[in-house]
Amino acid sequence: MILHELIDYETLRLIWWVLLGVLLIGFAATDGFDMGVGMLLPFLGRDDVERRVMINSIGPVWEGNQVWFILGGGAIFAAWPPLYAVSFSGFYLAMFVVLAALILRPVAFKYRSKREEPRWRAVWDWALFIGGFVPALIFGVAVGNVLQGVPFHLDDDLRSFYTGSFFGLLNPFALLCGLLSVSMLAMHGAGWLVLKTEGAVAARARVVGSVAALLTIALFVLAGIALYLWVDGYRVLGTQDVAGPSNPLYKQVATHAGAWFDNYRAYPLLLLAPLLGLLGAGLAFVGLRGRWEGIALLASGTSIFGVIGTVGVSMFPFILPSSSDPRSSLTVWDSSSSHQTLFIMLVVTVLILPVVLAYTAWVYRILWGKVDEAALRREAGHFY
Amino acid sequence: MELDIVELSRLQFAMTALYHFLFVPLTLGLSIILAIMETVYVMTGRDIWRQMTKFWGSLFGINFVLGVATGLTMEFQFGMNWSYYSHYVGDIFGAPLAIEGLMAFFLEATFVGLFFFGWDRMTRVQHLAATWAVAIGSNLSALWILIANGWMQNPVGSVFNPATMRMEIEDFGAVLFNTVAQAKFVHTVSAGYVTASVFVLGVSAWYMLKGRHLQLAKRSMAVACSFGLLSSLSVVVLGDESGYLATEHQKMKLAAIEGMWETEPAPASFTAIGFPDQEARTTHHVLTIPWALGLISTRSLDTEVPGINELVERGRQRIESGIVAYGALAEIRKARSLEKAPAQARELFEAHGGNLGYAYLLKRYVDDPADATPAQIQAAAWDLVPHVAPLFWSFRLMVGLGFFFIALMAAFFWQSARQRLGQPRWLLWVAVWSIPLPWIAAELGWLVAEYGRQPWIIEGVLPTAVAVSSLGVTDLLITLAGFVLFYSTLFVVEVSLMVRAIRKGPQPEHGPVAGPAHHTIAAE
Repeated sequence: MILHELIDYETLRLIWWVLLGVLLIGFAATDGFDMGVGMLLPFLGRDDVERRVMINSIGPVWEGNQVWFILGGGAIFAAWPPLYAVSFSGFYLAMFVVLAALILRPVAFKYRSKREEPRWRAVWDWALFIGGFVPALIFGVAVGNVLQGVPFHLDDDLRSFYTGSFFGLLNPFALLCGLLSVSMLAMHGAGWLVLKTEGAVAARARVVGSVAALLTIALFVLAGIALYLWVDGYRVLGTQDVAGPSNPLYKQVATHAGAWFDNYRAYPLLLLAPLLGLLGAGLAFVGLRGRWEGIALLASGTSIFGVIGTVGVSMFPFILPSSSDPRSSLTVWDSSSSHQTLFIMLVVTVLILPVVLAYTAWVYRILWGKVDEAALRREAGHFY
Repeated sequence: MELDIVELSRLQFAMTALYHFLFVPLTLGLSIILAIMETVYVMTGRDIWRQMTKFWGSLFGINFVLGVATGLTMEFQFGMNWSYYSHYVGDIFGAPLAIEGLMAFFLEATFVGLFFFGWDRMTRVQHLAATWAVAIGSNLSALWILIANGWMQNPVGSVFNPATMRMEIEDFGAVLFNTVAQAKFVHTVSAGYVTASVFVLGVSAWYMLKGRHLQLAKRSMAVACSFGLLSSLSVVVLGDESGYLATEHQKMKLAAIEGMWETEPAPASFTAIGFPDQEARTTHHVLTIPWALGLISTRSLDTEVPGINELVERGRQRIESGIVAYGALAEIRKARSLEKAPAQARELFEAHGGNLGYAYLLKRYVDDPADATPAQIQAAAWDLVPHVAPLFWSFRLMVGLGFFFIALMAAFFWQSARQRLGQPRWLLWVAVWSIPLPWIAAELGWLVAEYGRQPWIIEGVLPTAVAVSSLGVTDLLITLAGFVLFYSTLFVVEVSLMVRAIRKGPQPEHGPVAGPAHHTIAAE
């Protein structure tokens, strides 16, 4: 097959770097509000009816949203195999905790409603809290570690060795990023609740959401300052063959203070990413205060887009820098799949993703409308 | 057993995969049965079929979430525990996994929400479409995961790239239309259909024995035994065996399943009963059926089925060839690309590169395969033989169960055709007690396919022992203990909820307009 020569390797790698971002943002923007609702559940829902209102506001859609996470795993495997291999084995125990928390979630959604005892339901409420809070925290912590570089090296066979520890992941900068991630998704979840519910739950969500929006702005700014002052960035020495074979060991890399800001110096337009992160959260605050619920949710989605985009843009072309052996760092130009696989996967994505988005939109339209106590009574046959 | 990383990683994969596969077969089959029932509802407009769809749908839901939840582990476990595998074959193996997510999981997961929540929000036809989307989605996911698995068993369409030290795709079409993958797909989804049919049949039989929900039970039985008869025939007739001659190791698997140490002249006989003895390299007290194996596995009378001893000897030759490839590869890597490498190394690699994976079999014994002694090469060749006895017995038990399902379904189908469903009572009890059997057969099938594949993770390309991550034993023990504890708890909860829901039986419908709605808010 020579069809793949239609698009050159460099361009395909760039497209798949963008698609990696699309997947992560798709996950954070859709499943993000499910996780946000989960972590707010024990606090915003004061009794079983209120909690059921909250749960059923995401009841029909969380399952589809979660596929973004699964697809993220599959797509990283297919398009960035070294990233898949190094990161998940490196962050081994952290990944296990994320999986355990995420496994609890589907079970909690479905099984909570199957019995009426308050104790049974309380257990699953906390399971939903864990399923929202823990992954949000760990994803943020993971990004914080990636920005600082991860202690791993590759041997000549390209086998990876991780030399850090689980508790080493919990350093101050990483925890700061973890908190940012939690507050960002809490803002998003609250925004969803304001849009989908009424009465006391919506009123509380409005307060929590606006606080979370302000917190997101503060933590994002703080993380930016910390990144500039205390976190060394990485630079590829010399020029890297952008169409070369995916072998990270063919390059040289050095760390340099402030190197994560190189791209903004070279292309000031990229500052749009952090700007969207801030403005989105600001607009979410205004929307929640001013009762423009739809705009508030869109704005918090934009903020998520901006924050995740900022991470990607700051690090480009790095995807996973190595702190212990910088030349083992994975970049866009040396850790992708082959030219042909990237092409095939792009064709498949271009053909299928629009269909997925179309039917997802249709399903959201069918399920449009507020969830309240009356709806719970009306739809008792099939609500959670 | 020594608790090293390879054994622990294998144990963890086996445990999480077998556990995941407790839920998957029922999802595959029950989704189709739901779609069939709802189709009847939409075509006839009779409410009983709607109730049936909802009742079996509620059981489907309890099962479905655990399939989804445990599937999460599967998607990430390759990277966590099998990191060198992920690097080595991600270029090929990752693609079907990603396509599975895009094409199948989204479809199934997005519409399953509508299936449960959408009854009063859509027209009948729209809801039916959602139900079919769930069924098609889950079956498509089986297709893609078995294309991935089929490639592990028969790695077609790919080539090793020395510059990136991994396998890369050459012919995606060959990966898609891999004969092993096709055989596996048909076999596996049929097994899922049988599982769901036996489940529906058994639960309905229980209602009949208790004299409850007779209308629902009778109709459900009629659907289950017709669907079950077709699928149990399909699972046996279109069994996996047709794929067993595709590759060298599939032949080894077949020989191990048969406990056949020596090559027999065509057509080979089938060993019905026997006692394989790995130490003595023989099978005791065999009872054979002449010609049967040759006919089943080669579909001919004159193709030879090789025995274990012959396959080991062929393996030994390939290991020696692999050593040459390994040496040539070192030369090529020094030059950093195939083009710049010395001509002699290039030629050697071209001739022997296909056996590179066989050299890795020696990694258990020596660091550099070139240093291997003839005794070590011989030992590595014998590592190619999987444990014969578990395969031999698992296969026979699985096949026996397969024939039993045909008989069971045929009996009910016959009673159904004569309008005598519900008699005799002993037959109903047989159906009830048969409920766990398809799961046993399915798990045994996994064992035959995957345990029988050892020592390879990718046949002929990468041995399991070199595919693991560089983790500590403690890490693995923590996650293994965590999964065992966590999964066992979930399993107990799931089964108790399932039993509870079956005991409760179909619930009166809460329509938006009439009916005994306003039950209580906490009803669901």
